[in-house]
Amino acid sequence: MTPAPMAPLDITAYTVTCALGQGREAAWRALVEGRTGLRPNDLPDCCLPTWIGRVEGLEDLPLGGELAPFDCRNNRLAALALGQDGFLEAARGAVARHGAERVGVFLGTSTSGIRETEAAYASRPDETAALPPGMCLARTHGLFSSVALVQTLVGAAGPALTLSTACSSSAKVFASAQRAMAAGLCDAAVVGGVDTLCLTTLHGFHSLELVSAQPCRPWDAERDGISIGEAGGFALLERPGAAAARVCLLGHGESCDAHHMTAPHPAGLGALKAMEDALARAGLAPAAVAYLNLHGTATPTNDAAEDAAVVSLFGAKLPCSATKGWTGHTLGAAGIVEAVLTLLCIERGFMPGTLNLRRRDPALRAGVLEQSRHAAIGVAMSNSFGFGGNNCSLLFGGRG
Amino acid sequence: MRMRVHGVGVAAPGLEGWLAAQAVLNGQRPYAPSPFAPASPPFLPPNERRRVSATIRLALQVAAEAAGMARAPTAPAGAVFASAWGDLEIMDRILAALARPERPVSPTQFHNSVHNAAAAYWSIGTGSPAAASAVSADQATFAAGLLEAAALGLAEGHALLVAYDAVPPPPLRGLVPISQPFGAALLLGREPAPGAPALELAIGAGPPSALAEPGLEALRRANPAAAALPLLRALAAQGGTVELPYHGGRTVRAAVRPAGT
Repeated sequence: MTPAPMAPLDITAYTVTCALGQGREAAWRALVEGRTGLRPNDLPDCCLPTWIGRVEGLEDLPLGGELAPFDCRNNRLAALALGQDGFLEAARGAVARHGAERVGVFLGTSTSGIRETEAAYASRPDETAALPPGMCLARTHGLFSSVALVQTLVGAAGPALTLSTACSSSAKVFASAQRAMAAGLCDAAVVGGVDTLCLTTLHGFHSLELVSAQPCRPWDAERDGISIGEAGGFALLERPGAAAARVCLLGHGESCDAHHMTAPHPAGLGALKAMEDALARAGLAPAAVAYLNLHGTATPTNDAAEDAAVVSLFGAKLPCSATKGWTGHTLGAAGIVEAVLTLLCIERGFMPGTLNLRRRDPALRAGVLEQSRHAAIGVAMSNSFGFGGNNCSLLFGGRG
Repeated sequence: MRMRVHGVGVAAPGLEGWLAAQAVLNGQRPYAPSPFAPASPPFLPPNERRRVSATIRLALQVAAEAAGMARAPTAPAGAVFASAWGDLEIMDRILAALARPERPVSPTQFHNSVHNAAAAYWSIGTGSPAAASAVSADQATFAAGLLEAAALGLAEGHALLVAYDAVPPPPLRGLVPISQPFGAALLLGREPAPGAPALELAIGAGPPSALAEPGLEALRRANPAAAALPLLRALAAQGGTVELPYHGGRTVRAAVRPAGT
């Protein structure tokens, strides 16, 4: 069933903090300079041979005062990211304009504050010992904790939830917020996500043999897995206002592969449906898209499946690239990170290349850029495809 | 927001299946909780069936009942899986493995630990490409999931809400206040259907509705997903307005009207 077109939503603020630095300008400079944020794994308690995208300084930014119960790496990054680029002020402005109960908060994450619980398990003298009784799991490990923190900082009291669908989480939040606004539940929404480095994902993906020992190489003939990163990012969605926003959410599409827990559908059928539905909601044909930010994790199967879907829908000429060589795969934050990078590219007329792509896999035919180029972008798409075949595509551009 | 309830699923001690649960909720039968174990989902392929945890089985059991899947495997509706804590059993095993020097994390356990694992197995078992979400909102999880599913149903025609939480394993019992398992599912539709009560949702305020029967009220307080109980009671009675716990002292007010109105 083809979805009906939707009315665009204004994006009136957006920000990202990741391995490239704090805020949009740090990310932008790294994109333009072709400078990766990845580094060899230097986490103190993990000796896996891999490259990671780490945010500097979180160890020195504890949450204090009334926010102390929330203190954990994930919430430190949420607070740090929220404070960049005037985003917190913009969100509070939306609360002042629309009323607290009319501003929603929809955030994605995969592991939230699990690192604290990892430390608690590791500190037990043996496996029958109790965990520290004073731990407030809900405010750290609990999936909702970053949403509660952001609601507190922004003063938002509208609809709120955490979306946790692995790598599509902080892309699907755009769709949830749009549906909540269409249903009349709110007039503005803070969307985004936060995920931080932890042993669970590093060792978990490693056990599945999906982690590369080198910086990830999307679309490369010798690609062999992901580089895990951490990030926090946010966007402010509002109903169209009097002043035309420079960028809008034009459409979204979601689907399931219905295939396998860890392997994508080989022909990318779920990915194809998500991209098609995004175009249908935007009322646009494939030819209207100028640039696509690929999910592009650099696993052999992900890139092959996404390539099949992209070529089937857009042909081999659509300029596209994978930016995970810059940021790493930020899991539950990947959706918002790549949405923000795509918005920056639209505003500044820039198509990034694909870092670490040295020799293209001859079996893959999508128009993947190896080198960056400056070019006007009217409409751009961003893909996020998660474990369990959970897919989301977003379309961004100017209004009308 | 106004929807119709096309199907209901429920699984909890003493409330195994909607038919049995209605009699208890209507006061026709006394509430007699007894331990239960969710069934192995018949609609999953054998490999997947072997791998699903008890928590995932709980979610899939109520999803299948609400979607009318006792017989026919069709499920075109998008789905919202709402769980405050997800699969704590698997989480405990992974965390215990990480605490050992060699960190023997099982790959199967890792991919089953994602919050959307139940949603993924649902899509694999039904073969449905419809979108599926997995959400969490602490003590407001049921109400937040209900709003999310209603908004999805308004947009797409149908939506399946699956709410579930399971008792944590011993190391986490002091830290996660869940003492009974509970699962409930609602198949929501935009259009009227024979026998489908109407459900109107709005944001309200005030104390959440409680249940008069002490055993059922204890169950409601024992599990975030059991916040569904007052709504299930209203559905069994084909009428009534209940307040479901939401954020910051607010509620989701759910008004049930009989089918045909």
